[in-house]
Amino acid sequence: MPHFAKPAEGSWTQHYPELSTAPVDYTDSIDPAYYAAEKEAIFKRTWLHVGRAEQVPKTGSFFTKELAVADTSLIIVRGRDGEIRAFHNMCRHRGNKLVWNDFPGAEVKGTCRQFTCKYHAWRYSLAGELTYVQQEEEFFGLDKADYGLKSVRCEVWEGFIFVNLDPAALPLADYLGEFGKGIEGYPFGEMTEVFTYRAEINANWKLFIDAFAEFYHAPILHMKQAVKDEADKLARVGYEALHYELHQPHGMVSSWGGMSPPKDLNMVKPIERVLRSGLFGPWDKPDVAGLDELPAAVNPARHRSWGIDSFHFFPNFMLLLWAPGWYLTYDYWPTGVGRHIFEASLYFVPAKTAAERLAHELAAVTFKEYGLQDANTLEATQRMLGSRVVSEFPLCDQELLLRALHKVTADYVKEYRDGAAAR
Amino acid sequence: MALLPAEFAELEPFGDWVLPTERERYAKRLASSMAELQAFYDAAFPLLGRANAYLEGFGLDNLPDPERNLLLLMMSLVLVSFPVEVWSQPRVPDSGAAYLDLVVEPKV
Repeated sequence: MPHFAKPAEGSWTQHYPELSTAPVDYTDSIDPAYYAAEKEAIFKRTWLHVGRAEQVPKTGSFFTKELAVADTSLIIVRGRDGEIRAFHNMCRHRGNKLVWNDFPGAEVKGTCRQFTCKYHAWRYSLAGELTYVQQEEEFFGLDKADYGLKSVRCEVWEGFIFVNLDPAALPLADYLGEFGKGIEGYPFGEMTEVFTYRAEINANWKLFIDAFAEFYHAPILHMKQAVKDEADKLARVGYEALHYELHQPHGMVSSWGGMSPPKDLNMVKPIERVLRSGLFGPWDKPDVAGLDELPAAVNPARHRSWGIDSFHFFPNFMLLLWAPGWYLTYDYWPTGVGRHIFEASLYFVPAKTAAERLAHELAAVTFKEYGLQDANTLEATQRMLGSRVVSEFPLCDQELLLRALHKVTADYVKEYRDGAAAR
Repeated sequence: MALLPAEFAELEPFGDWVLPTERERYAKRLASSMAELQAFYDAAFPLLGRANAYLEGFGLDNLPDPERNLLLLMMSLVLVSFPVEVWSQPRVPDSGAAYLDLVVEPKV
């Protein structure tokens, strides 16, 4: 008997008949040819989240983004007109990487008036126009207007910067669809105190999304993080979400979260009792507008035990909104079939007091302790998938978003391969 | 030369936990024995509430050095609370070679 109501079909999974309930083939996480197809079919064609508008606060603020999965590097920059633009990070003279320091493969950020190539000093405006050519008279009929930086589609939703390498892609707002519209108005712009964690993970990008797209694992993998009685209870009861929803290619899970503040102080660790914070964030809501009346897509079941919503925007961006008034983002950047770079950022309303700062610190540190357990488990999964001893795995109803991720990925790859075969 | 406000002089012996970045604090945690972590925790944890109350009187933007050091020390305490309160070892169990580097950190 479920603790929370399920759809009339009997399960969340059967509510979406296109998903089936059959075991899922994980060859998609170990096959190099499949990964090569994912790069073309997905990462060169969908909207990719690359940062926040606060990272480019003023004219000339820029950062670079290494996109191994799309075989390029990008410059994201705010122009004199206030627009945020994206360009391939490549000088038009002889193809040198335009913006980098010391290590060509490392991402950089800063502020500048223009971009100057290290090689022969060709210069570009913040809007990407070629403005200066060293010894221009030595060239042959070169028109600078023909040699601006190669631009990339770049659009901003609620302060989140997205790029798309496909010039024919639908606008970002259309791509984000129902969930995008349903989250608009959340006070993201107030939450500018940022902690960003980064790691290279020896696992396919989808496996880490799998890990964070279900909470079924939490009472088991993270058992030791809770005090003994609470851990025993969590393991006995297991996990059920409040609500799942798919608007393909995206999906979300809405969960309870009784720990902020906990019903009983004995459920949490001593440091949490003093700092009034923990995994679910600070117990005390920050004083900003927009947190009492949440946007329609947030806590869709309007459940009073609501604790967190986790939105997965296909392919590789997750946005988590926590009841106590902060948010978390995950980005998974593939660098190979069995490798990716994982980035997680926690965003809080800036602390005004040391107590608030320490409450944020505890939430961030707790995230890291959990994340290390998750990250290491993925490598164990990747290794065994690679053995191909077993390829198909049963997924339960609480793993609906995983099923959706692998299905949507397969649909994109199939469409691309069918199109390539027809060409 | 005292590192910390006079009201927290009893924590001076743990001044080497005053470290400006999470990377340094985490490295010190991993390089410490459980006995060292326990000793720091036992000294600092009872003063955490008092430190919060004391620091309430200062703006976070321009903390004087002793107050800033106190805050950094308490950030180390937050990191050390995990080995002491739950893990019984400096490193997260089952975390192997996995790491998560804090590459963007709010200024203190």
